[in-house]
Amino acid sequence: MAGTTVSHPPESAAIEHTPTAGRFGPYGGRYVPETLMAALNELEQAYADAASDPTFQAELDDLLRNFAGRPTPLYFAAHLTQQLGGAKIYLKREDLLHTGAHKINNALGQGLLARRMGKRRIIAETGAGQHGVATATVCALLGMECIIYMGEEDIRRQELNVLRMRLLGAEVLPVASGSRTLKDAVNEALRDWVTNVRTTYYILGSALGPHPYPTMVRDFHRVIGIELRQQMLEREGRLPDAILACVGGGSNAIGAFHAFLEDRDVRLIGVEAGGRGKALGDHAARFEGGVPGVLQGTYSYVLQDEDGQVALTHSVSAGLDYATVGPEHAALHDSGRATYVSADDAHVLDAVVRLARAEGILPALESAHAVAECLRIAPEMPRHAILVVNLSGRGDKDMGILARELKIAGAEALERP
Amino acid sequence: MPIRFQQHPGLVVYLTAGDNGLHADAAHIRPGDLSVTRDIALAAIDAGTDVIELGVPFSDPMADGPVIQRASERALRAGTRLQQVIDLTAELRAARPQAGILLFSYLNPILRYGMRRFADAAAAAGADGVLLTDMIVEEAGDYLAEMKRTGLSPVFLAAPTSPDARLEDIAAHSAGFIYAISRTGITGKQQQLAADAAALVERIRRWTQLPVAVGFGISNADHVAQVGRFADAAVIGSAIVELIERSTPEEAPGSVARFIEGLRQPQLVQAL
Repeated sequence: MAGTTVSHPPESAAIEHTPTAGRFGPYGGRYVPETLMAALNELEQAYADAASDPTFQAELDDLLRNFAGRPTPLYFAAHLTQQLGGAKIYLKREDLLHTGAHKINNALGQGLLARRMGKRRIIAETGAGQHGVATATVCALLGMECIIYMGEEDIRRQELNVLRMRLLGAEVLPVASGSRTLKDAVNEALRDWVTNVRTTYYILGSALGPHPYPTMVRDFHRVIGIELRQQMLEREGRLPDAILACVGGGSNAIGAFHAFLEDRDVRLIGVEAGGRGKALGDHAARFEGGVPGVLQGTYSYVLQDEDGQVALTHSVSAGLDYATVGPEHAALHDSGRATYVSADDAHVLDAVVRLARAEGILPALESAHAVAECLRIAPEMPRHAILVVNLSGRGDKDMGILARELKIAGAEALERP
Repeated sequence: MPIRFQQHPGLVVYLTAGDNGLHADAAHIRPGDLSVTRDIALAAIDAGTDVIELGVPFSDPMADGPVIQRASERALRAGTRLQQVIDLTAELRAARPQAGILLFSYLNPILRYGMRRFADAAAAAGADGVLLTDMIVEEAGDYLAEMKRTGLSPVFLAAPTSPDARLEDIAAHSAGFIYAISRTGITGKQQQLAADAAALVERIRRWTQLPVAVGFGISNADHVAQVGRFADAAVIGSAIVELIERSTPEEAPGSVARFIEGLRQPQLVQAL
């Protein structure tokens, strides 16, 4: 079986729509309990004000540079390029950011926004724990109360990040409902927000959920693509032929893609979690197995059964293990501007080892999905072609899983009774 | 048929369709057999319920507290599907022509079934209206058109956080009644009825002549009596779902009927 497959657009979308703010084609919108609507309107207004305020942008830019470590390098992976014998491979090193992933871009932006709105209680969901760590970090920085919802299954497999969040002063609340993963953590965060909406700011961690989140989270990650574009022009004097990024909710991918949407010659390729098989429940490839529907406030592709019940998902990576996808990706998929493929668990683990040994870089399991697709297509591309992988996070957090899955000597010590 | 509240205050009862409680013996109930819910609904109507809300179970009930989450999980494990809930509506309509019946759901199961097909089926089954938890008026264009075409009443939620301009919109697009949420939060019982509720109902009445029902956290006769002072009806959800959870399928209709009869008999009415 090939490690990747390409999906096709659906024949038609199920919802008619009137074009409003927060729509990407037919996708996006706001499907939430009425109680949240005033808060979403307040957030939309506050974000619009902040986005046009030079002092807000200046403070964010300063923190991105001096606290988080932007701009991130664009690294030419010479050894991997030589081994694969095809396209020149570059890595956009979001993994080098403070806290270990691109998630800090958004957490800083929304943290500053929350402070500006006078909200001192912060809640967030997390899957792999990277958004949780980023949020806990920003709350420590800004002196705010921090509550992180995390599925019990994810707490088990990303224990290191749980400990980091607690050390940073955050309260990590386990979620025991449903599949006990990211989707259930989002449900619980939404329940908290509905209850404490007047005092609480919800830092949603991906380009998902009700408007304005998909737009706002994308905007805070656009810096990835803006830097990449400039760096590539300086290094190669031209734009890349293709950009690869993993897609869970899709925040790192939309951040990397957005500056290139008008550059039709740059192929944009999102890589979903192919998991352990093609059956519903064994993967998180929404564009292969999903149909448009509404989950957690937005209209997008949803893995679901024929009754509209949301399906369970599986991926070796907690961050991609999610039943729906950001609405802007749904629109890019349907328009054909971006292509979405999937990489299965086995190829992803192989990609981790390949990159670690070729370049001395240990990618997060999420980001390794994009690396896996790179390993597949780079050899087929001519030597003058340029391929960029958005390396969204580092793999330190995954050492427990990697040690067990790869049977690294000494891994027995990690097995618990 | 228009929704009518026969007594004051009226009673609206929410049931998670297909939930047979914790003590159901799976061996004796076929997948998708909603006869327990049917018997509970009939008993509730006969005990003085004006409107039954038949809840379509959903995998991700983000607006619901633990009690209705558990009931939804049980109902889905028991094989409950939207079509069976619609069929149950027809059965209840035939047995109790005067009762109000609402279909209560999250949006996604309806979208998957097809909005147009759903509206036709719900109307043919004799439902009076529909309440979609995660549908707000701004997104409701298609939904409202289908409700209008089939003569079903769209019931919208109004929240304490809804500003007057939103309440005006909600009132303009609602039919049947308006469901006022007593407090910010998810569904579930509470000790005190929030002071938010009376203020919200007063604000809603500026925009509509429709009856206003108050729900979320109403669990006893005192709450119902308090609601009766400023609203037209009280919605009881989690308290009854929790009672069903604890009862055997055989006991549940009788337990629910006694509970509802008790709601009309406040022991001690406290001032708000």
